[in-house]
Amino acid sequence: MLLAPAITDLEQLKERPPLARLLAWDAGAVEAAKFDRDEFTIVVKRTAIRQACALLRDDPALQFNFLADITGVDWYPSEPRFEVVYHLLSIPRHQRLRLKVRLAGDDPSLESITSVWPSANFFEREVYDLFGVRFSGHPNLRRIMMPEDWDGHPLRKDYPVEGYR
Amino acid sequence: MPQMFTPTPTLEGTGPRTMTLNMGPQHPSTHGVLRLLLEIDGETIVRMMPDIGFLHTGIEKTCEAKFYQQGVPLTDRIDYLCPLTNNLCYVLAVERLLGLEIPPRAQWLRVMLNELTRINSHLVWLGSHALDIGAMSVFLYCFREREDVLRIFEMVSGQRMMTSYFRIGGLALEPPLGMFDAVRKFVKRFPSRVDEYENLLTSNPIWMERTKKVAYLSPEDAVALGATGPTLRASGIDIDLRRDMPYTGYEKFKFKVPVSNDGDVFARYMVRVQELRQSNEIVRQTLEGVPEGPIKADAPKVVLPDREKMKTQMEALIYHFKIVTEGFPVPAGEVYQAVESPRGEMGYYVVSDGSPKPYRVHVRAPSFANLQALPTMCEGRLIADVVAAIGSIDIVLGEVDR
Repeated sequence: MLLAPAITDLEQLKERPPLARLLAWDAGAVEAAKFDRDEFTIVVKRTAIRQACALLRDDPALQFNFLADITGVDWYPSEPRFEVVYHLLSIPRHQRLRLKVRLAGDDPSLESITSVWPSANFFEREVYDLFGVRFSGHPNLRRIMMPEDWDGHPLRKDYPVEGYR
Repeated sequence: MPQMFTPTPTLEGTGPRTMTLNMGPQHPSTHGVLRLLLEIDGETIVRMMPDIGFLHTGIEKTCEAKFYQQGVPLTDRIDYLCPLTNNLCYVLAVERLLGLEIPPRAQWLRVMLNELTRINSHLVWLGSHALDIGAMSVFLYCFREREDVLRIFEMVSGQRMMTSYFRIGGLALEPPLGMFDAVRKFVKRFPSRVDEYENLLTSNPIWMERTKKVAYLSPEDAVALGATGPTLRASGIDIDLRRDMPYTGYEKFKFKVPVSNDGDVFARYMVRVQELRQSNEIVRQTLEGVPEGPIKADAPKVVLPDREKMKTQMEALIYHFKIVTEGFPVPAGEVYQAVESPRGEMGYYVVSDGSPKPYRVHVRAPSFANLQALPTMCEGRLIADVVAAIGSIDIVLGEVDR
């Protein structure tokens, strides 16, 4: 089985319903899109993430009503350094969608989506704890895995695997 | 790096009538190291806050320092009650990154062992859940059958719990002689054993008193709070990834997905007990037509060669040496692979940068998601119901904390 090359051209992808919906709402909110290995990814602007999520959840033709996961990726030392990755699932339509937000290393912060899905609470706390990405508007943004007085964020790439000794 | 110090989570009482109670992390009915902070008014819970992280072992970080194939044994340790489901999810994600095709025999055996794992996990859940509520003997009955399943795991992999039997590209070994007979014997006997559990519990008035209309979760709340698996299906949302987004050949098997609209502890109990029967049914179907053929994909650069080939063929020896010493490069990209674990949607998000080590491995743990629904279930209820509620969402703390 050969891997099909990834499609990253917005022109080719703009017909796909989730992207079409987001482009119709605000063409400036979409930074990039990718279709690779049967998975569809949309990169949205940092300021647009909460509204984009609400839009995708409430649109009757899309119904991405379930937040499966939020996580982060650290691309240190390149910039923009952080990616926050959202995996959405449409329970009625059995479809998945990945949203991404790229964040600069010097100010990794974005809007919380806990007002859209209360389930984002723990996931955002985990990303904050392990990557140091701050979510504004989160009701209880505290460390969740590491002790409260821990130094640093362990899943960052400049954090040694064995920890500081 | 300056770090703001905040004290450990506390709940301040909202009025003179409430007090704060600490439950866990070593409480026997929290199923591991879960700490719950309860704000109570007499016996009634006003607010609840789970405090987790006691078992955080940094598996995601460790994966980044290992070759892809070295990640498989780590995944066992995430959820120690369904190690094979974790193995499966991880190897499926890497196989999709590589674009590997898995031979039908390996897929077939993966389904069979995966369903046996579900039975194993549900038996531990049923036994300990019943024990929490006070039905002691069910625990002993469940562990009797669990022993049979663990013996089958030991036959195929040499290990009872940390199996690591699935490999990227197939299976570790051909299953031994007598394994299918052992499974056949188990499958034949198991439905009557489920009847035994049901005889003890389903229409038992004490059991019903403790579980019916307890820890109710509405369908809207279940979706909004991210509940998944049997917890979600017991609230009336009909989704099962095995049926709706099939992987590793589940579309070939016929089974029902039990759903209930009651949303209480009893509904979750019923859904899981039905799932025991359905899983047994799937295992029975897999026994009927196990295809012959190889158990590993035809990809010499990824899959370790057979022992015999390695000793006789120069090329196989070279590949073996290269895979073991320097791993195999995986094309750059990212994959989110979700499977239906006994606890719900388990997902592995694997990012590759083209090197032989994963750039990022993230585990979307179903227990982590289910735990968020716990305060909603318990607030306004009695302390004794918390124990029933924790048992009913079937959390594994190894998976919550990773």
